Amino acid sequence: MSDTTPTSGATPKPVPAPSRDYRFPRFDRQTLPNGVQLLVAPVPKLPLVTVLAIVEAGASVEPQDQHGVAALTAGLLLEGAAGLDGAALADRFERIGAAVDAHADWDVATVSLTVLSQRLPDALALVRDLIRHPEFPDREVQRLREQRLADLLQQLAEPRGLADDQFVQAAYDASARYAAPEAGGAASVRALSTADVRAFYAARYQPAGTTLIFAGDVTTESAAALADRLFGEWTGMRPASAPNGIDTAQRGRIVRVVAKADAPQSELRVGHAGLPRSAADYFDVMVMNAVLGGLFSSRINLNLREAHGYTYGASSAFEWRRGAGPFVVQTAVKSEVTGAAVQEILKEIERIRTTPISEDELTLATSYLDGVFPIRYETTAAIAGALANLVTHGLPTDYYDVYRSKVRAVTTGSVLLAAQRHLHPDQLRVVVVGDPAVVVAPLATATGLTPETVAGADSEAPE
Amino acid sequence: MHIPIETFQLANGLTVVLSEDHTAPIVAVNLWYHVGSANERPGRTGFAHLFEHMLFQGSANVGSNEHFELVQRAGGTLNGSTWLDRTNYYETVPSNQLELAIWLEANRMGFLLPAMTQQKLDTQRDVVQNERRWSMDNQPYGTWWERLPALAFPPDHPFHHSLIGSMADLDAASLDDIATFFSTYYTPDNAVLSIAGDFDLAEARAMVERHFGMIPRGAGKPPLPDMSVSPTFGGPLHAIVPDDVMLPRLFIAFRSPVFGSADYYAASVTSAILGLKKGSRLHQALVREQQVAADATAFTYDLAKGSDLLVVDVTARPTTSPAVLEDAVNAELDRMIAGGVTADEVARAVALVETELIMALQSAGDRADRLSLFATYLGDPGLVNTQADRYRAVTVDQVNAFVRTRLVVDNRASLLYVPRAPVDAPVQDDAAMAGAP
Repeated sequence: MSDTTPTSGATPKPVPAPSRDYRFPRFDRQTLPNGVQLLVAPVPKLPLVTVLAIVEAGASVEPQDQHGVAALTAGLLLEGAAGLDGAALADRFERIGAAVDAHADWDVATVSLTVLSQRLPDALALVRDLIRHPEFPDREVQRLREQRLADLLQQLAEPRGLADDQFVQAAYDASARYAAPEAGGAASVRALSTADVRAFYAARYQPAGTTLIFAGDVTTESAAALADRLFGEWTGMRPASAPNGIDTAQRGRIVRVVAKADAPQSELRVGHAGLPRSAADYFDVMVMNAVLGGLFSSRINLNLREAHGYTYGASSAFEWRRGAGPFVVQTAVKSEVTGAAVQEILKEIERIRTTPISEDELTLATSYLDGVFPIRYETTAAIAGALANLVTHGLPTDYYDVYRSKVRAVTTGSVLLAAQRHLHPDQLRVVVVGDPAVVVAPLATATGLTPETVAGADSEAPE
Repeated sequence: MHIPIETFQLANGLTVVLSEDHTAPIVAVNLWYHVGSANERPGRTGFAHLFEHMLFQGSANVGSNEHFELVQRAGGTLNGSTWLDRTNYYETVPSNQLELAIWLEANRMGFLLPAMTQQKLDTQRDVVQNERRWSMDNQPYGTWWERLPALAFPPDHPFHHSLIGSMADLDAASLDDIATFFSTYYTPDNAVLSIAGDFDLAEARAMVERHFGMIPRGAGKPPLPDMSVSPTFGGPLHAIVPDDVMLPRLFIAFRSPVFGSADYYAASVTSAILGLKKGSRLHQALVREQQVAADATAFTYDLAKGSDLLVVDVTARPTTSPAVLEDAVNAELDRMIAGGVTADEVARAVALVETELIMALQSAGDRADRLSLFATYLGDPGLVNTQADRYRAVTVDQVNAFVRTRLVVDNRASLLYVPRAPVDAPVQDDAAMAGAP
């Protein structure tokens, strides 16, 4: 319908006003003599501060037979430090209204703190205790280990978690760290000891591998003085660099059905090992993915949801890690249309590799990514998270100043090249958690391969 | 913490709330319609939510799927959501695109029906039925948010029935239903429009008047039935649900004072003492000390009509039987009634809530949504600036009075999920006092 001839009194579509400039918050970067890095972004909008302590202690640097030790170690920081047990630590943080968390992802461990700015010195002194003086009591090691095993047990009945887990097992070589869950599988976690945790802590939690990020109602001077007072006397060595082989892919196509009898819906994962965050054509890949399945108005979502009504939502993503994280299309569809949905996904992956996207599709993706940029950094946690991204991936200090122009520089030609380089139809793994009686035959038709069927909820927790 | 607020009403009854903040070139537009699943007629459960989906299918001057595309092309984010007694639609956009967001909302409030087709309805019905499968039917414990209100409100109460709806009722929804629901509830006098962020007051006001001003006032909506219920269930309610789950999980709902009422704040503080973060009672006792639970939390639904619900949610450890789990949770509740809470516990809860209140004002979208909430439910968006004081004023005596009257056995509606036995067992409903007022 025309924008200029409105129906019965409706107003015409307005023309946008000139846009106002936006700059990512200014931040200061310095290094303490002991190697602790410091990034401070003063944003005095509300009386809140977020602090992230980023430590070179993620899952990808775990000893080979100790999957899960990074997550367990990070979690245990909160369960006893500097003479206080876990209950007392929780009480100290919470009585000053501080939100604190500690976890490890693939690349790093993070202690995060958000607190009213007037409480920052007290709260950060506690964070110092967690990081520098954790105690790892046996009782808590055992408790968090049991907790992780309970989570893994739960996952067996949870189609989404089960699909994610089975997908990475299909995408990576069995020897690759990325083939196992980030926080470790059951056999590995069950074998972890307090000594393993202490050894991992001693090797990885070092000043020269630690960065403190402040964002919010704080000045560079006060943050630097606090950091120096609480972390300046911390001594140690430089942690060793990461091992290789964490992301080795499997080769060839696989179609795998994880049995869940009578499932009303199939959880689908289609993809393969992707590429590391350091890829030179990162922006081309990001825009290509936005068109393919990254946006609501992407090809895969409009096809599966809006044209066919197969699903509540369908998307694609590259998971950006230091190693080659997965590229995966994910959706959940009514069981009866599983084969048809997979066929549409395969078609969309093929199409974006063979025909250039339209100028209209390109500008939808680039104007979205360009325009939404300021909206991403409204909170202290989001700004601190963006700075953590710089640190984790070694991005240049002006990264967020040039981000939008890099997005706008992407062309239909560079998107096509990125799709051809990084999407591999002959390597796709199709993983379906669903009812084999309903989905196996249509999947065989859709893919031309005989699906292998594996047990679902009756099996043991993921190893 | 004090945010600026300007409120006015158009001649057609649309309430408009404006809150300026120029720290970033971002603006949020947030529209609440005072209608939700509570307003559905019998045989049409899930309709309010299905209708929400239809609002993204275009309007007189907006094509199918164009609503999402226009906002995303403008560099904005958007969505909508349906709740028991309200439905909201929202966009956050670069501030120079404010008028686009206003225009899109006005175009579908004023001129939706020309764009509605049977094919769009059929597709969105499929999408919503898949949403039901994804969020509830194929998700461990997923049915809890349908079963718990069903247990806690009597069968004829507007909060009793399913928000997402039954498959059969969704199948029955027609284009006529769309037209009737639209003309009854999607009217300017049944809506609040909040705008927060980087804009000029006079310009924004002119834009709102330009695009919404010609939309006619509604004919008035049918009143909801009397939603008041007695302050307690009058006896314990209990239901056991065998499900495809690995671990038992217990939900207990308590009737509690409605959102925003004088007694609400003591109830909210109680929920934080019981189950907000690791220093809470349930976490300390059940997860840390006794180690019978893998997780334990508590929260309030924040319902503003009839009765609110305070909910305790505890998942067992693999070695904990359903009976042991239930006994352990009830023992903690009984201990709280017998011994009361301490001033330190109240202070901890208030400190955490205070931080959360400020965190919730950081983004323009959240800010606008809070303004719409207070304007819709309580008729005064300015209440957003009084919440921290309301919490700080809560006393130990108020919390203990709430605990002694509302956490009692006669006010516990327990929904217990247990791993399904090898042979399918039906849902057992052994309510001691089914249908209590």
